Amino acid sequence: MEAQQIYNKLERQFPGKVGNFRGDVFDPCLNVDAGSIVDVCRYLRDDPDTQFAVLSDLTALDLPKEDKLQVVYHLHSYSKRHQIVLKADLPREDQPAIPTMEGVWKAANWFEREVFDLFGVMFEGHSDLRRIMLPEDWTGHPLRKDYVEQEEYDGISTQRAPLVEKLLR
Amino acid sequence: MSEAAIPESEVFHTEDMTISVGPQHPSTHGVLRFVVRTDGEVIKDAIPDVGYLHRSIEKIGEKCTWHGYVPYTDRADYLAAMFANQGFCMAAERLGTTEVTRRGEFCRVIACELNRLASHLISVGTFGQDIGAITPFLHALRERETINDLMEEICGARLTYNYIRIGGVGYDITPEICAKITAFLDHFEPTIDEYNRLLSYNKIYIERLANVAVITKEEAFQYNLVGPNLRACGVKWDIRRDIPYSVYPELEFDIPVGTGEIGTLGDCYDRYWVRIRELEESCKILRQCLKMMPKGPAISKVARKFKPPAGEAYVRVEAPRGDMGFYVVSDGSEYPYRVRIRTGSFTAMAIIDKLSRGIMVADLIALIASLDVDAPEIDR
Repeated sequence: MEAQQIYNKLERQFPGKVGNFRGDVFDPCLNVDAGSIVDVCRYLRDDPDTQFAVLSDLTALDLPKEDKLQVVYHLHSYSKRHQIVLKADLPREDQPAIPTMEGVWKAANWFEREVFDLFGVMFEGHSDLRRIMLPEDWTGHPLRKDYVEQEEYDGISTQRAPLVEKLLR
Repeated sequence: MSEAAIPESEVFHTEDMTISVGPQHPSTHGVLRFVVRTDGEVIKDAIPDVGYLHRSIEKIGEKCTWHGYVPYTDRADYLAAMFANQGFCMAAERLGTTEVTRRGEFCRVIACELNRLASHLISVGTFGQDIGAITPFLHALRERETINDLMEEICGARLTYNYIRIGGVGYDITPEICAKITAFLDHFEPTIDEYNRLLSYNKIYIERLANVAVITKEEAFQYNLVGPNLRACGVKWDIRRDIPYSVYPELEFDIPVGTGEIGTLGDCYDRYWVRIRELEESCKILRQCLKMMPKGPAISKVARKFKPPAGEAYVRVEAPRGDMGFYVVSDGSEYPYRVRIRTGSFTAMAIIDKLSRGIMVADLIALIASLDVDAPEIDR
């Protein structure tokens, strides 16, 4: 199924919740309202025309210039051999939150933990939302564009002394 | 007899035991840890604890130039560095609409398939080792050593290659190296049979793997298993054939899938057997490439200051651990805006929690080995 047809289908099914379709890029993508992302994904998974059985990837983009965080879903269908990219915009400040996709695809569990860890997005209803890559008491979310590394962790400096300059002295 | 019928005084009370497997356990293939709760020999749950090898490769990508990031991609999965090179370069080429020379494409496929042989040898070798068979591991590493030597001749490095560059490959594969690769294949193909006699048809080995930790097709889709792990569930899906890239459409090769001939479809043995048969297919691909090698330059002309126009691309390559996805976003500057590496081990690791419930402790080791998870690839 062509991306344009998928979009038209979604527009009929969820009027006002989807938009900003771009079909002339490498991977056609569309924006979905953050509140209805789970319904849209469940529909895409179960509809016999789309059959998106697999969530290939779930990640996020930090866009401080547009003052938003974007959660990006790459959906893929083995049986229909098509794919689509869904994007949900969230505000950057005040703990951005979006419903969890765990109920639709189990793979979302770890993907969402990673996005929570590195971007600081809350996934409402997630069964086990803990940091996955970094220690639990780490502060900040490294993949944010304005992230500043903490100077020390557990009494260990995270900065490396300039070794060569020391030798020159 | 149901439990309720036994008088309280005669019930043998057991207590849950929590064991930490790893981070330095030999079967964990790198640095990862499981918190295992057991009742005797039976596992109640095994919670994976990852992140020991997190190096922020994705963040580093935002600080490097496009050319400068290629060596970092090597480190995403050090057993199959060539594929990460290729994935990132393909994403950059798609964004910058850069052509790859035809000889460059063949060099890429040869290097990648050699790398796949090396990676699968480690996978099946350590599989035997984890189960308790040391000898096959040594045989596998012996062959892999030869591949490392070949790689060293091709690109100067044995593990982290930095061979594939945007627009082609760093060094041409000379006819002398081609002759050496042919000689290696002549030697290697018969050893697969030897390997099968030693390990694959071994009764003890089969008993340990058949019917253990069965994954159904639906579970594989739910958890997004990819590559050999997915094919072992009977799904005939290979990125090289189904979302073709490079010169793979011109090459002839089969896609081995699990058949459940010895145990159940999608058990540990199927996952092992798919990898053994992929070794044969890679040899087939290599021989065709060596024959078809065209003349010409190995790399096309690419600007030193590579600045692809703003946009984003999601590129998949078929790595030894399955579909490796590179989601690369450009804002038109000299640096990538965002590089996301989606790896097969990450999703394979997430399914262990579910599969481990109710199996024996010894089977957990077989399960981890059969999924071929690779710690650096999980943590990145």
